[in-house]
Amino acid sequence: MRHFLTLLKHELRMLLISPSTYVAGVLFLCLMGFLYWAILRGMVNSPSETLPTVQFFGVFWIPVFFVVPLLTMRSVAGERSIGTLDTLMTTPTSRIAVVLSKFSGAYIFYMLLWTLTLGFPFITSQLFPQAASTGALMDSASLYGSFLFLAISGVLFISIGIFASSVTRSQLVAGMLCFTTLFVVIVGGNQLGNISNSANDLAGWLNATVSYLQIFEHLDDFSRGIIDTRPFFYYASTGILLLGLSTLVIEAKA
Amino acid sequence: MEDIPSIRVRDLTRQFGAVTAIQNVNFTVNRGEVVGFLGPNGAGKSTTMRILSGILSASSGSAWVGGVCVAQHPHDVKRKIGYMPENNPLHDDMRVVEYLRFRARLKGVPGRKLRETVQEAMEICDLARTARRKIIGTLSKGFRQRVGIADALLGKPELIIMDEPTIGLDPHQIQGIRKLIDSLRGKHTVILSSHILPEIERCCDRVIIINRGRIVAAGTSAELRDEFLPGNRFEIEIEGKEESVTLALSESAIDAAILDSQQTGENQSKLLLRVEGTGRLGPRLIDALQKNESFELLSLAPFDPTLEEIFLAATKRSWEETIETKPKKDEPVASTAS
Repeated sequence: MRHFLTLLKHELRMLLISPSTYVAGVLFLCLMGFLYWAILRGMVNSPSETLPTVQFFGVFWIPVFFVVPLLTMRSVAGERSIGTLDTLMTTPTSRIAVVLSKFSGAYIFYMLLWTLTLGFPFITSQLFPQAASTGALMDSASLYGSFLFLAISGVLFISIGIFASSVTRSQLVAGMLCFTTLFVVIVGGNQLGNISNSANDLAGWLNATVSYLQIFEHLDDFSRGIIDTRPFFYYASTGILLLGLSTLVIEAKA
Repeated sequence: MEDIPSIRVRDLTRQFGAVTAIQNVNFTVNRGEVVGFLGPNGAGKSTTMRILSGILSASSGSAWVGGVCVAQHPHDVKRKIGYMPENNPLHDDMRVVEYLRFRARLKGVPGRKLRETVQEAMEICDLARTARRKIIGTLSKGFRQRVGIADALLGKPELIIMDEPTIGLDPHQIQGIRKLIDSLRGKHTVILSSHILPEIERCCDRVIIINRGRIVAAGTSAELRDEFLPGNRFEIEIEGKEESVTLALSESAIDAAILDSQQTGENQSKLLLRVEGTGRLGPRLIDALQKNESFELLSLAPFDPTLEEIFLAATKRSWEETIETKPKKDEPVASTAS
């Protein structure tokens, strides 16, 4: 565990001194700021039943598609291509500690970026105190729920990135693999749901499986303040499985 | 404890798919020795080193470091090893002292000894005053190599493995690294591979020549000389005809053969002689060559074959022949060690 903390500190330090981290951060905040502004504009033009924060977290997949690959593609693939993974492997450090530190570093930064987006509703409430006092801008239950969803789904997304990065030595391939897998997991699950809705004769167990993979529905529940344990299990178990596989890959491909 | 060799390798084989990188490699390295690994590209030097350091697993065979089996107790072995891989990969964005502290922590150096350990390694490698706070990415190649060696020295490991430590360095830097390796002799067991043969010859107590995944020769430079290029060699320079030298030597009953001749000027040539026999061969040769008046002896010098020539002679033999005629070259060393 001591090695894990040393490695995690190193990961965070490398993230903090790397320009690409700041590029990813600025891009993310600009994009999310623009989206929040666009949502508020849309609400001015046509009244909506849902809160702007709920709508805002509803487009979580847009930044996930580029921030997660940017944050994770370098982690293992970069170290492997320059050879520092070899030197790491010659120290008495366990592979699990290596993978967990990479995961934790990227995860902490991912959550930090999302936490920074909380500034948007707070800035808006400062500028429009009237709207804030009527509760038209945000609602604490939906905010907590959405954040919990981001935190737990982040485990899966970052694990996908770490796994993609561990199977190759090219950062570009790792990034593309991560993007494609995220696309399949997020959009593919949704499409499966659409298909199953149109086909009424799906077997009961299949229907249950398909609905289990509906990431957008999970968000819907969480943003309403409904905390379901099934998504927790889905994200955590798949995340742990991928991190375990990454450990095995690193061990086999060192 | 003293009797346990630093490295013992038995029948080590590693295959990458259909390609056999190393096959039935056997050797032993005693404590405090500096051993050079020689071989052409793709001979299996790096593979052997990677297996010893626990990064790669062997397809078959066993390796022990300080009496601990690498396959069974990789963690214990890693505590005994300082490894500097080929091309010396480093984190370019970090400062030298930060990087070494990070590596020392990973190697399990306790917090209270961290500063002292890092300082000591930096002083041995002459980094403490010059490059302590410099960013690794801005260092020259020579300093980068020093950082790599300092990293390998952290925590005073029993065995230091260096894969091509002098590659890409200028002669001054090579000399610096050589002095550094010399200073490690006796304190640590050092294994290093290099393409620069005079380097190995100067630095190492013993040489292991590996070709196509098999060990073709092992021993000190003198032992290898006797084995692969036996006989005494002299280089002479004469003014006159080459044939008259042969004649003069046979008249004086000296068993010698001309291995190589080179025209150096008009009627002047440089000859490489192989002379059989023992004792004071030099004066006998001078006597024999001065007697004859058909040529004039300009110079005579004993000629020691370089490691390069030994290497070429050793790798020229087909490996099958080598394996058949000399089944286990390192056995004498192994038997004295174990």
